[in-house]
Order: sequence, then C-alpha cells, then structure tokens
Amino acid sequence: MHNRAMNPLTERSAPTPRNDRQALAVAKLCKKYAGVTALDDVSFTVGRGEIVGLLGPNGAGKTTTINMILGVLEPTGGSVMIDGVDIAKDRARALKRTNFAAVYASLPGNLTVGENLWFFGLLYGIESLRNRVDELLKEFDLAHLRDTKCGLLSSGEQTRAALAKALINKPTLLLLDEPTASLDPSAAQTIRERIKQLASRDGCGILWTSHNMLEVQSVCDRVLFLSHGKVLLEGDPRSLPGAHGAASLEELFIRVAREPLVCADPSALASEAAR
Amino acid sequence: MKARPIAAIVLRQFFLLRGSPVRLFGSVVWVTIDIVLWGFITRYLNTVSGSGVNFVPTLLGAVLLWDFCERVMQGVGTAFLEDVWSRNLLNLFSSPLSISEYVGGLVLTSIMTSSLGLVMMLIVALGVFHLELFSQGLPLAAFVLVLFVFGITLGIVATAMVLRFGPASEWLMWPLAALLSPFAAVFYPVSVLPPWMQWIAHALPPSYVFEGMRSLLSGGGFPSALLLQGTLVAAVELLAAAYVYGRVYRRAVRTGLLARYSAEGAT
Repeated sequence: MHNRAMNPLTERSAPTPRNDRQALAVAKLCKKYAGVTALDDVSFTVGRGEIVGLLGPNGAGKTTTINMILGVLEPTGGSVMIDGVDIAKDRARALKRTNFAAVYASLPGNLTVGENLWFFGLLYGIESLRNRVDELLKEFDLAHLRDTKCGLLSSGEQTRAALAKALINKPTLLLLDEPTASLDPSAAQTIRERIKQLASRDGCGILWTSHNMLEVQSVCDRVLFLSHGKVLLEGDPRSLPGAHGAASLEELFIRVAREPLVCADPSALASEAAR
Repeated sequence: MKARPIAAIVLRQFFLLRGSPVRLFGSVVWVTIDIVLWGFITRYLNTVSGSGVNFVPTLLGAVLLWDFCERVMQGVGTAFLEDVWSRNLLNLFSSPLSISEYVGGLVLTSIMTSSLGLVMMLIVALGVFHLELFSQGLPLAAFVLVLFVFGITLGIVATAMVLRFGPASEWLMWPLAALLSPFAAVFYPVSVLPPWMQWIAHALPPSYVFEGMRSLLSGGGFPSALLLQGTLVAAVELLAAAYVYGRVYRRAVRTGLLARYSAEGAT
C-alpha cells in the first residue's frame, strides 16, 4: 500500500551543477561482489562550490561509492572523474585534487597533530609545507595541540585534526563521511560554517554523508538518496520532501529506508506510477 | 616514483621512533642479547672442543648475519604493520601515493632500522668477542648485500601475506625467518641436509651466502661462483616478491579488502 505513495521517489530531477567544470563526475558506476550488486549504475556530479549530500540507510552503498571515488575500491563498471581527471587513467593526478575525512579513518593516534600534517603534506606533495601546516593549525584552533598525539585528543579535536588533514592539499573535491558525528552542537555548527565557507569562498566541491537530516538541509545544495545501490532521488533538500509528500527530509529518509520494494526495482514502480 | 611520498613513509617511522624510543628495543636490544648469548656459547665451544676450530667467526658471524637478515625483514614488516595497527591504510592509499612509492618507503625505513641493529651487533661482537667480521673486506660486504636483498624480499612477502589474508595473519609473519632457517644453512653446510631439504636450500640466497662465508673464513679463497648464484637467486626472488605484492594489492583494491582494513585493523 505504501509503495504506491512512494512512487514519486523513483523520479530524479536533472542534476544541477553550478559550474561547467565538475569537481566530481561519476558515470554509470557499478560494483558487484560474487553476484551481489552493491552499486548499480550510479551517476551524479558535484559542481565546483557545490555541497552535495549523499544520503541513504546503512548498507545503501554510500561508503562503497566514496571508496571508489577515493580509488581504494575498483569499480566493476563506470567511471570517476575528479576535476576532469579520470581516476582509472591517472590515479595520482586525480587523487592529488581530492581529500577526505571520515569517522572510520582517523589520523594515526601515535603521531602528533603536527607530525600527521607533515606526513600527509609530504604524501600530497605540498609546496611550502611549513606555512601550510601553520595555517591549518591556526585555522582549526589546533596550534596548542601541535605536539599532542592524535590518540590523546578529544573526539571534537580529532575531527578538527582530520579536517585539517583533509584540507592540506586545498582539494577541489572534498569527501566528508559524517564529519560532525562526534561533535557537540556548538563545535558541529563551527565546522558546518567552515565547510560552507570552503565551498562558497574556495570553490571546493563537497560530497557529504550524514544521518543528521537537519544538518543536511542546512548545509547541502543538493541531495542524492541512495538505496540498495541505486540513486532513488535527487534534488534540493529543502523542496524535495514537499515534492514527495513528506513533511521533512527525515520523514522522506525514513520512507526511502523502509521501502525495500521501491529500492529493489524503481523502474517497475515508475511504470506503475505512470499507469 | 616521486621522492616526497617515499620520504613521508620514512619520516613517519622517524616520528614514531622519536615519540616512543622504546620501539628501538626490537632493533637494538634483542640483537645485542643474541650476540652476547651466542658470543659466550662460541667461547665455551672454543675451550671444550679441542679441534682447533675458532667458533667465533663461524658461529657468531653466522648468527650476526642471520639476525641482520631477519631484522631487515622485520623492518619492512613492522613499518607496514604500523599502518595496519593505526588503521591508516585508507588514508594512505586514498592519497596520490603509489604502491611502488609505498614499498620503496618501507624498504628505506627498513634500511634505517636494520642498520642501527647491524651497527650495534658489530660493536658488541667486535668489542666483547673480538669478531673482526669485516676484516674480510669487500667480499663479505657483497654477501651482506645479498642477505639484505633477501631480507627485503621476505619483508615484502610477509606484508603481501598480511594484505592478502587480513590483519590477524601478522602472526604468520613473525616466525617466517625462523621457519626458513633450517634450510638456510646458517650453521652447517648444505651437504648435511637430506636431498629434499637441499632443493629448498638452493632456492634460498642465504645458503649461498653462508656457504661462501665459511669458505672465505676457512681461507678457501673468494667464492665468486657462490656469490654470483646467491645474487641471481636473490634478484629473481625480489622481482617475484614485488610482482606478487602488486597482484595482492590489486586484488585488495578489487575486492574491497583495502577499504575494509580501516575497520578491521583495530581488531
């Protein structure tokens, strides 16, 4: 019964990139493991200066998508272009233009904040590294923690350190997997503002995953709903719930998460809706 | 290959040593204890054997060189495991770092840590037991180089094993050198081994090194044929190990194992 009400969820509005040159262009991305399809024909873009929310229930394929963009997971099909560079053809050049921060990939706890920034700065081949490290320590209020081992930092401090690392190479594309998950509301607000500024001031394209729908609504220019490895919905997080008969983004999320039939075969339901 | 990413891997190990000097224990203290222990055993053997054979260069020299080979392997393996333990593989391989730069960094790190151990062993062996190993000069240095290359090969194989079978398989890495030692002819000639063991021994560069060493120390002249054979086997095996590592890495990227390491590394 609920499936009928969910039919509009299978519709996708056309992607609305802000700039001609995309920070990220994902086309027909697929990943299959021994007959199981983890990601199925996923295509989307992230424009320069755009913040795109990648939403979906656990196991929807968000982390699989991010891992393929980061080059640590090989797609079964499709392509990933970062700032116009195909990661399959020139991995080093593509990855030099991106960076990421995720709760499951914290910085080595046995190195200090300053050492970690030096280490990653060298990996990304940063010029004037000393200045860049000082700049980031100041920007993320980490200067007093320069010589503190990352493992000893509070979760908020660790998030700031991870974000500082993620910006060490001034990326064109920034992938953030639940960047504010472990922060108190005040710290989360500061980080959100900083990230919004990064997009608007520096033109960085940001792909953001979060389970906090209020946050997504306040930060993201566009959202993509992933479920069962497919993109079910795409649009403005402020207008999307209303367009699909939901009171809020959270309600829409819950509907998407609880509708396995819709997720399993969106095209069939789209046909049904047309009838 | 670019120098900066390789330097980053080496610098990371330096940071770790600076932050926790106790990490040097494995590279310096254990090898020193080994040399002291074997040094006294050889002294004792010299006094009771009555054969006129000086056991110091043959036994203690062999222990020193085998220990060095083992430390080289552990240098590569430990530097890799630091990334597994700290769940850093995802951070590393989502950066522009290439697999050859990463392995290059691990090898350089191992040179740094194993050289410390070698210097320490030489000081104790020379100072306490008067083992003048390097009085043999260049020929011995050539044999040490073969052992070094083999240690690197073992290290690469060991890290490939951990990358292939998951973090828990690090326990297969530690005894690897010990498992090979009966075949490596460290303390006895290959000829005393049964034929099937001799076949394996001939596939291991250390057997040529230790045969050559014994020949050199007994005044049998420079065993150039053994050095050449050892060098060739070591070079082929190093290339094979690098190839295997590349295959294992590509498989880890294809299957998602590399990405999963961040979650599994902590367990």
